[in-house]
Amino acid sequence: MKPAAAILAAPGTNRHNDVAAAFQLAGATTTVVHLAELRAQPAIIGTAQILVVAGGFSFADATGSGRLFALELADILGDGINHHVAGGRPVIGICNGFQALMRLGILVGDEPANLAHNASGQFVCRWVELAPNPTSVCVWTRTLREPIACPVAHGEGRFLANDVTLASLRANGQIALAYTGVNPNGSVDNIAGICDPTGLVLGLMPHPENHIFPYQHPRFSRGESGGTGLALFEAGVNFAQDT
Amino acid sequence: MSRTVESMPIAVVCADVRPRTDPAAAGLLAAAHQLGITMATSVNRSRLIFLRCVLTDDDRSVLARRLLADELCDDVSWDRTEAIQGGHVIEVVLRAGVTDPLAAAVRRGALGLGYGLDDVATGWRFEVGGNLDSDDIDRLTRRLLANDVVERACVGLAEPQWTTDAVPASGECQTVAIVGLAPDELMAVGRERRLSLDPAELTAIQKHFEALERDPTDVELEALAQTWSEHCNHKTFRAALRWDDGQTVPSLLAQLRAVTDTLNKPWVHSAFVDNAGIVAFDDYIDVAIKAETHNHPSAIEPFGGANTGVGGVIRDVVGVSAQPIALTDILCFGPGDLPVDELPAGVLHPTRIRDGVIAGVADYGNKIGVPTVSGAIIHDPGFVANPLVFCGAIGVLPVGSYRTGANVGDRVVVIGGRTGRDGIRGATFSSMAMDATTGEVAGASVQIGDPVVEQAVIEVVIAARDAELYTAITDCGAGGLSSAVGEMADGVGARVELDLVPLKYAGLEPWEVWLSEAQERMVLAVPAANVSELEGLCQRFEVDIADIGEFTGDGHLVVDKSGTSVLDLDTAFLHGGCPRRTLVATRPTPAAAVPTAARVVDDSATTLLALLAHPSMRSNLDVVRGYDHEILGGSVVRPYGGAADDGPRDAAVVRPLGADPSKSQAIALGIGVNVRYGRFDCRRMAEAVVDEAIRNVVAVGADPDRVALLDNFSWGDVSDPAILGQLIEAVGGCSAAALAHGAPYVSGKDSLNNAFVDSNGVRQSIPPTLVIHALGVVPDLMRSCTSDLKQVGDVVVFVGSTQDELVGSHLDAVLGIDGPGGVPGLDPDAPHRYRSLHRLISQGYVTACHDLSEGGLAVAAAEMAIAGRLGLELDVGKGDEVVELFSESTGRFLVTCRPDDAHRFAEIGRPLGVVTLEPLVRIGSVSVTIDALVHAWAGHIS
Repeated sequence: MKPAAAILAAPGTNRHNDVAAAFQLAGATTTVVHLAELRAQPAIIGTAQILVVAGGFSFADATGSGRLFALELADILGDGINHHVAGGRPVIGICNGFQALMRLGILVGDEPANLAHNASGQFVCRWVELAPNPTSVCVWTRTLREPIACPVAHGEGRFLANDVTLASLRANGQIALAYTGVNPNGSVDNIAGICDPTGLVLGLMPHPENHIFPYQHPRFSRGESGGTGLALFEAGVNFAQDT
Repeated sequence: MSRTVESMPIAVVCADVRPRTDPAAAGLLAAAHQLGITMATSVNRSRLIFLRCVLTDDDRSVLARRLLADELCDDVSWDRTEAIQGGHVIEVVLRAGVTDPLAAAVRRGALGLGYGLDDVATGWRFEVGGNLDSDDIDRLTRRLLANDVVERACVGLAEPQWTTDAVPASGECQTVAIVGLAPDELMAVGRERRLSLDPAELTAIQKHFEALERDPTDVELEALAQTWSEHCNHKTFRAALRWDDGQTVPSLLAQLRAVTDTLNKPWVHSAFVDNAGIVAFDDYIDVAIKAETHNHPSAIEPFGGANTGVGGVIRDVVGVSAQPIALTDILCFGPGDLPVDELPAGVLHPTRIRDGVIAGVADYGNKIGVPTVSGAIIHDPGFVANPLVFCGAIGVLPVGSYRTGANVGDRVVVIGGRTGRDGIRGATFSSMAMDATTGEVAGASVQIGDPVVEQAVIEVVIAARDAELYTAITDCGAGGLSSAVGEMADGVGARVELDLVPLKYAGLEPWEVWLSEAQERMVLAVPAANVSELEGLCQRFEVDIADIGEFTGDGHLVVDKSGTSVLDLDTAFLHGGCPRRTLVATRPTPAAAVPTAARVVDDSATTLLALLAHPSMRSNLDVVRGYDHEILGGSVVRPYGGAADDGPRDAAVVRPLGADPSKSQAIALGIGVNVRYGRFDCRRMAEAVVDEAIRNVVAVGADPDRVALLDNFSWGDVSDPAILGQLIEAVGGCSAAALAHGAPYVSGKDSLNNAFVDSNGVRQSIPPTLVIHALGVVPDLMRSCTSDLKQVGDVVVFVGSTQDELVGSHLDAVLGIDGPGGVPGLDPDAPHRYRSLHRLISQGYVTACHDLSEGGLAVAAAEMAIAGRLGLELDVGKGDEVVELFSESTGRFLVTCRPDDAHRFAEIGRPLGVVTLEPLVRIGSVSVTIDALVHAWAGHIS
């Protein structure tokens, strides 16, 4: 039986269909759940093995990216996401979903860390290379051996944390993905994605869901192999299947 | 005896949210210095959020921490000061009625935290360091910090404009007395109401109401003016035409339609009749395409104008039930280095227009989640007072899902944004020339977009389409409900109750509700039995819906306000009553325009670098990276790519959503535009532009037998017979080139009267500007072709034929002259050549391909080298080297192939040289390093 992924979307979320395609290709079934539906039926997430907070511009980034999305999720679900994680089930937040998870305090708790405006002050869309950290506890990335090529598309993706927080993230194996080569936003330590202490919850700025077919690679006509974003979703789906 | 009764005090607080480091601050300061305000030492910006509510200190701190600010990044103050030490305070608030998504979000977020706020308003506070005089402050405010069209600025503390304070409307319509008026009195009424109608049109309206034995209401008059506007009715394109020597010319629209009819391609499903053209793609989906201009709004409010330009063209493809999958934008601005004192009165500086327009395009496309895949940026002195903003959109719809006809008894349903006083009379405004006061009087014509609302509207429409809930759909664009319901009711009739239209705020008179161009609205014809299911969808996506009336079947459009008719028009008159114009044009005499200055190129290498660095030719990678071109996962060939991801591409290749998964077909999207050739020969300019668009898609692998075209004309003041003559010539060139290539037009749009009356009273028209979109089909996306050199030793083949065609060239732009020769036009051998080249690309024999356009062979070769980071060694023969290197003859490509395959190209080209490892481009006497080329192409002159 295929694991079910519930993809949470707020007004302004716009990569829910992209991430749904990635999960389907990776072997999951998907349902997009919009906030209004979630409010009417909060129990809907109880039937999902995988919880996904999709990317986009929820509430047009008003008063800060992901903030209103996080407020509404907290209001509707209470500690529902923590409950999901306590059941050993994985969660992923991509881009705006990462921003919302940060606001919810799920990834680094109350430690001082956040996703600030890019160092350039600009929205940036370009392809980056990501190295999965083999020593991370993250169930989404710890089995990955190949680098991932995929685009970023964000204005507020600069991961910032103080030295104490960083040291603890490192010590706990919570740094899941790092930019190699171009660091598109000025993130400290080239951090592209982090997980919670359990390793079940991953937040990342880049969009591996936009590189699930070889032809999506910008240099495929130069013979560079592609589709490397898919492995991350397969890892999550396989994990959910095994538990 | 007078005693004022004190009303309850209204509590207002304002959060001043200040980022600890504002990435925008440095840019603002640099822009201030660019304006010549050198005394400014800093410009710090903070967000003002005004809350109308009684709040305790604790409440405020909860709101600040949880909603308004970021603890790590922002400081919040609740006590603003009116002045600061060693500097100046300028505060800016939105004018009443301007769309404010931030305020709406704050209200919603606060409600979630348990605070019901009476009203929310937002603004900006600027603290400018340095000792500025009042003139500096005034200039800084007007030119940089605020736009008077949508914002109100003041030195010191600003008061917000509350939407809840809107003055209630009278709710009544006025009767406008026109029956029995003398012709000059009738024209006076037209001018007073800014109807933009000519005497014959006003007389037709007068006669119509004489027969009805009554005067029109203001609602009726405004609705007619809007429906009959140049923007909506294309009076010039439909007009009977005649040259000044008496020869008649078929109407412009008839000429373009004749191309499509003559070619009669079975894969064209809908051309010219709906919001967008529709062509077949595969057994699963059709593709819809449309492009629009938003020139006048972008001139006075660049961000909002461009923003809503994108939103509007997206709604056009949604209006044929298609899901948008790709966007284009073609932008024309004045020179970025124009001295501020040379700026005409009332005109924004080209840099500010450019920055605002680009930000507006990026904001809408990125937020709505549709990739911006292709475009162009052109700088020319002709666009200082009248910039051009062309926005294109592509959408997909399942085969057979296109629906067009409302049935009698269907409900008139509006979904999406609420109606406000934004964009009143936009259609008529778009059809007029502008002057120094345009920004003030037409302020209400500008809309501010809300892409998040439109994205939800798209979700509802697509779900409703798949559930077959509606029988017809159209978008609210120019002319608002009047135009949308009016079009859908054509021949059927409809009755609408204005009280049922959801409003943003009170205070709108009936004609304003009916004509408002508030954004993000669609009108659907919905069988009564389906309305509740549609309401359910709207609830899911949090979209407002209102059932405002019925399609009646009596052929009359009736609008009621509180049960009383304020508009009652026969749709036959509304849509068919506008008298056809007869226009006389002056035939252009190309010989008179042939320039004579000598063309001298001292150093071809330096000239090549200058061409690459030219503002209209240089790389726009920095702009493109501000646009999301990856979302939806369909991008195959992107705007830039190659070894270092920075080489130019000829066209976008997109794998559309919903395509047949067993095949690997893709869409190619190319753009042709040239603003320089038209000064000399509009017919050849149009031929060249059509050829360029087709050439671009062929270069990336599209089949030349499956190319559909879209025409967008932005023209000057067509009441000038000479300018009209140029338009006729251009349409002739468009038709001839499209017929020759076998590529039908499926949609088009014209924006006329792009002229500015300068302070001396002289009308300045823009350069004749034609944009052609070519929509092609790439049979196998794995064989899509790119411009980057790939392999050392590959043979470089020149395809096509070079003539002495340097008139209007970019070489002349760089040299600052108008030299002799011919204007590039159509090469009659090109159609056959493109088919031969396509066969070779499809068979996999082409390793790289790039079309030759601005800057000719030299620039194309340089761009291929930049893209592949490999060198080239090319022999251009013994002809005139300036012509060989820089001529802009059409129909040409540079391709590379493996040495063994070079013989296959003998029919269409000749080998010029090879790809080299050595990072040098050597063509004739030119020898330049790739580093130097890359540097120049990034816009650096030396």
